[in-house]
Amino acid sequence: MSAATLDPSCAGRTYPPTEPYEVGREKIREFAAVLGAPAGDGAVAPPTFPIVLSLHVMKQILDDPDLGFDFARAVHRDQRFESVRPVRAGDRLTVSVEIVAAETVDGNDVVTLRGHLREADGGAPVCTTTSTLVSRKEEAV
Amino acid sequence: MSQVPRPGDRLPTRTFRYTRERLVAYAAASGDHNPIHWSDSRAAAVGLPGVIAHGMLGMGVAATAVTRWAGERATLVEYGTRFTRPVLVPDTADGVDLTVDGTVGDVREDGTVRVDLTVRCGEQKVLARTRAVLAYDR
Repeated sequence: MSAATLDPSCAGRTYPPTEPYEVGREKIREFAAVLGAPAGDGAVAPPTFPIVLSLHVMKQILDDPDLGFDFARAVHRDQRFESVRPVRAGDRLTVSVEIVAAETVDGNDVVTLRGHLREADGGAPVCTTTSTLVSRKEEAV
Repeated sequence: MSQVPRPGDRLPTRTFRYTRERLVAYAAASGDHNPIHWSDSRAAAVGLPGVIAHGMLGMGVAATAVTRWAGERATLVEYGTRFTRPVLVPDTADGVDLTVDGTVGDVREDGTVRVDLTVRCGEQKVLARTRAVLAYDR
């Protein structure tokens, strides 16, 4: 297995905004249905929908071998959303991710990433997602 | 909800059934295709006792309990949790049930409402410090 160790100097790193993601009505309905949420006409997304956009980018960042984070052994420890408004069908949103913290505690690699979702046109903020992931050391299992 | 919430108000208890089918559906809806959420052997390979649910699925259904209670006029402006215990989902038709309870913890001067949530699988809490802050359209 990977013997990589987390590079603590990656904390503070920021990544440029993604290409715009266009939020589809049927995607909202699909997401809402799994959560038992009232989907209605699919116009307004459930509160945790922004993770769909953030997770994709975070995974790409954490898969970078230079970072030394073993995503295969990672579990999600904390999650937080701060929303200016709900995500709606038709939104075109970019995500910019920053690595807020990166440290190794008792052999477990802990990273916190923040994703900023903004309107692609004009850059108005919509939501921030803050995620802490822990990649467990192998003998701790 | 027809009246202004008050501290101590309780949300109706809601139960969500977790099956392997639901995990696969959440993987597709969310784009989180991590094999620990659908393959016993891949889960075992990283030291887990079996397939576990996505933490975000639990956070998502807990939000559903809040939005169903609060109605369309409310927006979750803040929402946070810690994932403290993985939920093992057996490969059976019945799966396991997740139960969500909530209490209004605070009604602030600006009109926002804090709801404190408890999410259990059986008797065990699976999330901690699960709090949602709601803002209402006027």
